[in-house]
Amino acid sequence: MLRLLQIEFIKLWNNRASKVLIISYFILLTSIALIAAIKFDIGPVQFHLADQGIFNFPYIWHFNTFVAAIFKLFLAIVIVSMMANEYSNKTIKQNLIDGFSKKEFLMSKVLTVISFALISTVFVFVVSLILGLTYSDYNELSIIFSDLEFLLAFFIKLVGFFSFCLFLGILVKRSAFALGFLILWTILEQVVFGLLGWKVMSWPAAKRVKDFFPLESMMNLIKEPGSRLSAVQNIGDQIGENLRFDYHTYWYEFLIVICWTAIFIYLSYLLLKKRDL
Amino acid sequence: METILTVNHLTKKFGPLTAVKDLSFTIEKGNVYGILGPNGSGKSTTLGIILNVVNRTSGDFSWFDGSTSTHEALKKVGAIIERPNFYPYMTAIQNLKLVCKIKEVPETKIQEKLELVGLWDRKDSKFKTYSLGMKQRLAIASALLNDPEILILDEPTNGLDPQGIHQIREIIKKIAGQGTTILLASHLLDEVEKVCSHVVILRKGEKLYSGLVDGMMASYGFFELRAADMEQLKSFLEQYASFGKIDSYNGTLTAYLKEEMDAESLNKILFEKGIVLSHLVKRKESLEQQFLNLTKNN
Repeated sequence: MLRLLQIEFIKLWNNRASKVLIISYFILLTSIALIAAIKFDIGPVQFHLADQGIFNFPYIWHFNTFVAAIFKLFLAIVIVSMMANEYSNKTIKQNLIDGFSKKEFLMSKVLTVISFALISTVFVFVVSLILGLTYSDYNELSIIFSDLEFLLAFFIKLVGFFSFCLFLGILVKRSAFALGFLILWTILEQVVFGLLGWKVMSWPAAKRVKDFFPLESMMNLIKEPGSRLSAVQNIGDQIGENLRFDYHTYWYEFLIVICWTAIFIYLSYLLLKKRDL
Repeated sequence: METILTVNHLTKKFGPLTAVKDLSFTIEKGNVYGILGPNGSGKSTTLGIILNVVNRTSGDFSWFDGSTSTHEALKKVGAIIERPNFYPYMTAIQNLKLVCKIKEVPETKIQEKLELVGLWDRKDSKFKTYSLGMKQRLAIASALLNDPEILILDEPTNGLDPQGIHQIREIIKKIAGQGTTILLASHLLDEVEKVCSHVVILRKGEKLYSGLVDGMMASYGFFELRAADMEQLKSFLEQYASFGKIDSYNGTLTAYLKEEMDAESLNKILFEKGIVLSHLVKRKESLEQQFLNLTKNN
């Protein structure tokens, strides 16, 4: 297993574009901490974002994983191109001739993807912990370590998303087209949802079907945290809107994403196995 | 004899096209094999199948004694297919280290092999800065990293300039001289003739011949003759039972033998008949002629 990771590491780390993107990604993850620095000081109006409770435990787990997940697009580019480049350089052929099995080849990619997700999760955990310990109003251990399921959700979400990227890389074989396809797919999910709700079934039913779409199900793992802020909820109460949604992630939501991950990896394997190079 | 590769009734279809048709042959240790065939005769497809990159339609093949999986066996094989494929952004050394990791061999051989192909002083240049000849030589170095049981080369001199072709041939001869089994696919016949002891000849995916280069055709060779009185020479030869066809071209007679005869005895016979030769050469048909005959007749 270590050997497979080492092989992929050599391929990635010697590629300047990938190296830059990976480093930028982790710098961006760290930069979540910079949100703490947002401070308006206009005469009587003093606004310090860090004082608005966004860094309170356990809310910070939710908020930071949500924000950090946005940056996953950087790694998506790296992953799609690390797969597609093997085709355009024909190095996949050479790898196989040199004695890599197709399974090992795919495993080295999948392990890399899991490592990326794992390192990102640890990173977000550490950054959030430091931010929280600095700014949170509550510092009891039991509160700090509650709601940690958001980290698990973050991890699963990344693995799922990256597997999708891997699959697209193998399917399309060109990095630019694969990324285009990814965007197209995002739009497609919304269009299908719209069509279903409009013509086929009721909107709530369409919403339920939509939850099974791959990208949508990954989105559902970490729901939008903005409306959970007490400040926002107070405003909602004043204008008569109930903004107290359900933020928790349910086991079946995890299950859907895990299923998609398995499907993408299996389809990638089938494609690899069936194709002549 | 130790068998390195056995191919049994291998068939590959691309849609309606049959690229390889019921092909069987074996490769024994220590020989240098050539796979010959015109473009599109299924050479590369056959190599692709045994190297795990092309799926077969039917038939089977086994490496060594057949007890290991193909990808494990390939770790003991060195192969170059068509164009050299490496990571363009990595240096020669980095690329070879990666190959070592895949083949699970130590990195200690890198220097030796790069020196063998004359690339040691360019070891830290990126692959994309290499000329085609250098890329091809790097590919050979990479294929040799594991001191393979068999070296498979598919059109190794394709697209190279005369100097590059010469370098590659010298390297191949050097490797063959060390006793490594080699399987060389090519449509350049003189290339195969120069280095191979055995040949497999393919046409449209079918095997026409496999065996020793020398045994390809039952042929006794031919004489090229010139004398002052060509007419007399010709009429004598036409009566002589050892000769078959006799061609006259550019003032030279070409007489094909039907049975074994050496130049010395022909010279003697002719001299006794009062015919003095000004030119006498005994030749075997070149592989090219034999190949053309073989592919034409079938």
